[in-house]
Amino acid sequence: MVTVELTRLHAHEMAALLRSGKVSARDLARAHLDRAEAENAGLNAWLSIERDRALAEAETADARLANARESGSTALDAEHPLLGVPVALKDLVSLKGGQCTAGSRILEGYRAPFDAHITERLRAVGAVILGKTNMDEFAMGSSNEHSAYGPVSNPWDLDTVPGGSSGGSAVAVAAYHAPLSIGTDTGGSIRQPAALCGIVGMKPTYGRVSRYGIVAFASSLDQVGPFGRDCRDAAALLHAVAGRDERDSTSAPVPVPDDLLRLPVADDEATAYLKGKRLGLPKEYFVTGMDPDVARRIREGVQSLEAAGAIVEDVSLPHTDYGLATYYIVAPAEASANLARYDGVRFGHSVRLEGADFIADYLKTRGEGFGAEVKRRIMLGTYALSAGYYDAFYLKAQKVRTLIKRDFDDLFAAGFDALVAPTSPSTAFRFGAKLADPVQMYLSDACTLPVNMAGLPGISVPCGLSEGLPVGLQFIGPAWSEDRLFRFGRAFEGLTSGAEWRNAEPRDLAKASSGGPTPAERMAALAGGVH
Amino acid sequence: MIATMAGLTRADVEHVAYLARLGLSEEELARLEGQLNHILEQYAILARLDTDAIPPTAQTIELENILRDDVVTPSLSPEDVLRNAPQREGDFIVVPPILGGE
Repeated sequence: MVTVELTRLHAHEMAALLRSGKVSARDLARAHLDRAEAENAGLNAWLSIERDRALAEAETADARLANARESGSTALDAEHPLLGVPVALKDLVSLKGGQCTAGSRILEGYRAPFDAHITERLRAVGAVILGKTNMDEFAMGSSNEHSAYGPVSNPWDLDTVPGGSSGGSAVAVAAYHAPLSIGTDTGGSIRQPAALCGIVGMKPTYGRVSRYGIVAFASSLDQVGPFGRDCRDAAALLHAVAGRDERDSTSAPVPVPDDLLRLPVADDEATAYLKGKRLGLPKEYFVTGMDPDVARRIREGVQSLEAAGAIVEDVSLPHTDYGLATYYIVAPAEASANLARYDGVRFGHSVRLEGADFIADYLKTRGEGFGAEVKRRIMLGTYALSAGYYDAFYLKAQKVRTLIKRDFDDLFAAGFDALVAPTSPSTAFRFGAKLADPVQMYLSDACTLPVNMAGLPGISVPCGLSEGLPVGLQFIGPAWSEDRLFRFGRAFEGLTSGAEWRNAEPRDLAKASSGGPTPAERMAALAGGVH
Repeated sequence: MIATMAGLTRADVEHVAYLARLGLSEEELARLEGQLNHILEQYAILARLDTDAIPPTAQTIELENILRDDVVTPSLSPEDVLRNAPQREGDFIVVPPILGGE
């Protein structure tokens, strides 16, 4: 069937077909919307699917393509490769008039009164926004089990989590509901779900993408980034959304390289990039308790990079072990301040008790509106910032953050082009496996969160399967080296393009539309009452 | 120093919840007491590092004093701003009384 084939295409293939006029943006949008609607009961990747809006946007894109085609090849070349290509947004990115729950009850019914900067950018290039994806509440979680709107199933095994917090965005791409999606990454929330779902995900340098119009979690760590099924696609999406925006004063006036649109097409050209490149392999990232088979896949991947001409050296990031504690002071502290705005006065869930003190209104509004993990982190952050503990916790963590950042700075100053490491210590885990102990859940991000602490870019690319589930390989670079990281990722794609696992499709995908149990039912069966 | 600090009592948990304006049930308070103490134990590792001479990092990119020209630019219309208000009266948001009885 034609529609099935359309959803299997990469974005760069769609771009070529759209330009030639062989396929319309409307056909593409419809094929993806049909799939998303048919499988959402089984996957719960989407919190809203905006069919009418998407089809209208697709028609606009088709008109723009037709105009450009008439004007000749220069006009077509001037259009961005995402013109007419479907994209999914994590449900914390403002889309004017659309919902923006951030996975929380406290924002149920809220309608964004304006577009986020990246939404404006996507509209400007003519990408077609299909809807909003599921996520851990306020992006706090590593499994998507902390969404107020139910968990998301991983299409590789419907009884396992997709990772988080951008679980819905990762699954939308892995399950062919969209070729591209937007996520956010505060401690691993793009890279870890990308790894667990077998796709590409990048967390750009802090300051690379404007956060204007995006619900804040931890403002010194949050970054917006792309998911795609290959590096060329994800790089094109980053190219579309990156760059200075005066409404986010932390977005940096650093040029966005057009080379992001020119990653090598041919595998041999892609792999030639590796010759003579220096890669550091940080020993601390093979963390205690890591799945040995995942470690094996990573080491095989690293060996193949070496065999292709990269110089791989064992290195040390000595303060890695302090990353978790540091992160779980800094991030909750910033979150407790950011989430103070949800008071039920101006927007969102609101309780007004008759005759009660206004503080009683706040207590009830917030007590009802926030879920368990968000409450936990607000409590941690409030405690860490409270009188008498600020120096011992928050200031101490900020100082250790300096040491963590210096570890990376020292290696890049010593001439390493990038570091290569596991993305996640395990493959997708079963619902409920880490719910009972928050610290076990937090350890899921041990290999990703130091990168956020240092403000650096990191990418996760598929690196094979372990017992049938995807493994992700992470490349970490110095600030503003996203183009380089995509080239490393593209090189790894080139090296492994003939591998058998490259042809593997998510093995439970067919079951997603079969009317079987919903993700919430699967989670209830496996996790019971644990929360 | 941090190591000795772990050990939140139930009263501490209630106090922090009030500071955070979180109305929590008995069950939530009991569960949080255990969980928060377990998480705070993880912080003890930081006491091993001597950081007296280390400056803090609040953010990682070297940007300072980002200013824009002081010119009026369009902003949201009152209607757009008010659409999400739980309670409104004309062009105003109704807020809970904060100054006590009338």
